[in-house]
Amino acid sequence: MAEKEVRLRRLKTASDIARFMADYYYELDEATKSRKRKIAWCTSVGPAEILKSMGFLTYFPETHSALIGTRKLAADFIPSANAIGYSPEVCSYLTSDIGAYVLGETPLAKAFPGIERIPGADVFVYNTNQCRDVQDWFSWYSEKFGAPLLGVETHRNVGKVTPAHVASIASQLENMIEPLERIAGQKFDIDELRNVVELSRQCSVLWEKCLATAAAVPAPLTFFDATTLMGPAVVGRGQQEVLGLYERLLEELSERIERGEGATGERERFRIYWEGMPVWGRLSMHAKLFSGLGAVVIASTYCSSWIFNALDPAAPFESMAKAYLELFIVRSEEYKERYIREKLAFFKCDGIVYHDAKTCPNNSNCRYGMVQRIESKTSIPALVINGDLNDMRLISDEQTRTNVEAFVEQLEEQ
Amino acid sequence: MNPVYAGVDVGSSRTKVALLDEKKGLLGYAVRKSGVDFSATALEGLKESLEMAGRTQADIARAVSTGYGRANVAFAADTKTEIGCHARGCFYYFPEAITIIDIGGQDNKIIKLDGQGRRTGFKMNRKCAAGTGAFLEEMASRLDLAIEELDALARQSADMVRLGSFCTVFSATEVLENIRNGKKIEDIVKGVFFSVINRILEMDSLSEKVVMTGGVVANNPYIVAMTEEQIGRKILVGRHPQLTGAIGAALYALEDPRGAGKESRRG
Repeated sequence: MAEKEVRLRRLKTASDIARFMADYYYELDEATKSRKRKIAWCTSVGPAEILKSMGFLTYFPETHSALIGTRKLAADFIPSANAIGYSPEVCSYLTSDIGAYVLGETPLAKAFPGIERIPGADVFVYNTNQCRDVQDWFSWYSEKFGAPLLGVETHRNVGKVTPAHVASIASQLENMIEPLERIAGQKFDIDELRNVVELSRQCSVLWEKCLATAAAVPAPLTFFDATTLMGPAVVGRGQQEVLGLYERLLEELSERIERGEGATGERERFRIYWEGMPVWGRLSMHAKLFSGLGAVVIASTYCSSWIFNALDPAAPFESMAKAYLELFIVRSEEYKERYIREKLAFFKCDGIVYHDAKTCPNNSNCRYGMVQRIESKTSIPALVINGDLNDMRLISDEQTRTNVEAFVEQLEEQ
Repeated sequence: MNPVYAGVDVGSSRTKVALLDEKKGLLGYAVRKSGVDFSATALEGLKESLEMAGRTQADIARAVSTGYGRANVAFAADTKTEIGCHARGCFYYFPEAITIIDIGGQDNKIIKLDGQGRRTGFKMNRKCAAGTGAFLEEMASRLDLAIEELDALARQSADMVRLGSFCTVFSATEVLENIRNGKKIEDIVKGVFFSVINRILEMDSLSEKVVMTGGVVANNPYIVAMTEEQIGRKILVGRHPQLTGAIGAALYALEDPRGAGKESRRG
């Protein structure tokens, strides 16, 4: 039997977002070459607001790794990181990125003509809220580049976020100011930080609204779209121009809802929630696989990771600390279970797919009985697929296909 | 002439064909090595089963394919996953709430059905081949045995060897170590069977009624007896455990219960 042709619908704003991302990398490249602006490397949910308020351009290596993933280059790079002591078992963002550096390669060179290398660095700033791996990752580069390393050591397994939690993170953020002033060569300005925090808050509000449009039936947005549309929320939060992008995206998604138009050209028979990391090297394949079966993956925890409801310019340090602590990834199992159940209800989901990413234990929420607990309480069928975020050697496409097809058959029988 | 419904299960190791009549009676069947040309093997299997049934290809009203090579069967009108087909095939013979254990050439499945035959969940083994037919083939090769010899040998064991490793390669090393230490072949073979059972039982919990299917069970019925001992209760096995997926596919062809029209209950 011939494979079915699956139609995906591209959002017009996606082109504007792609242009924003290109400009972002060109600006970093220009600063690397001219040395006219200082560059701070920052983890994806690191204190970008502080860095931007102090005039740093911010570079997020996790986005570089995701680009390696989408371009299916990770398997070429990872062995070089393994050979210098980074196990194939640790984060494949780390190993593919460091491996690329060891080999003198970057997908930026092909994606953006004129760029030959990754951005330079004046400082490395991490927050371990994502995982411990980011600290190891930045440590390696810090030594390589001879630039200082600063970081926030977060709390994990947080149930209720208490004032004590917030105070400890806020003080770590405040302690960064003095070394950052020295590196930036300029004084910290609290009003500028308030301004950036406010812009970041507005970005978060808009991004949350965009994601929430997927509650409409049919959903105007898929998880697979959102993984690339979220780029500006990751790298550009705290910047004015990002707000216009998400205002236009929200408008376009609202128009789809008014027209009753779904995210794909296929009929939305089942609504699926995605829990865990995307499989970057299979985004398009997975989008077509699910859509072709009439099962649209409409929402995820992952894309909601850049929603920071707590941000408040009146209390910038405390609110940043709170926002970063309220993140799903650092919370307790009880909180995570409640969160996922709320999302399943809000997005009116028929099924949930958990991605058990081999090298990302921190973002694989199916290893401690969560699947069974949520399934027994909600009666919403669940599927676990084995894979990885970047290392496609850990993927069996045929197993994934059979699992997903069988899962949709199961939904049909409900 | 009454119509014939064909189910074709193109597995990683064997291709199975089952032909049913309108009353779901098994008219003919075939089991062949899948080889490298799935399409040709499926067609040869179809011809063989038609010969057994005394029918021709023109009598086939509808065919459904399943298994890894399901997309390669040109004469099939539709495809279904092997999970769906094993469920359908088992429920036909055992129409009650059951847990199905299928041991295939390349993967294992645990499928749970409710009293109406609806799937309530399923698990497949990970990419690793531990506990599958491929594992048994590798171990037989290490022991210089034909795969057909394993069952009878395992039954002779009086002092089973325990293999500790998850990994097929590491298990092979353990087998070599046991040979070197003078362990009896039959005790090692029973240990290999025990390893297969353990890999499966750790995949999921089991409900009260358990059905076992697949080529490994068909060729090594002692694995069923050992599993019974392990879980402490009788296991149901159909007359043609290796054909279960093909029969399920033929039942789909006959009953055409496609999901078309089924919609989200929540949306």
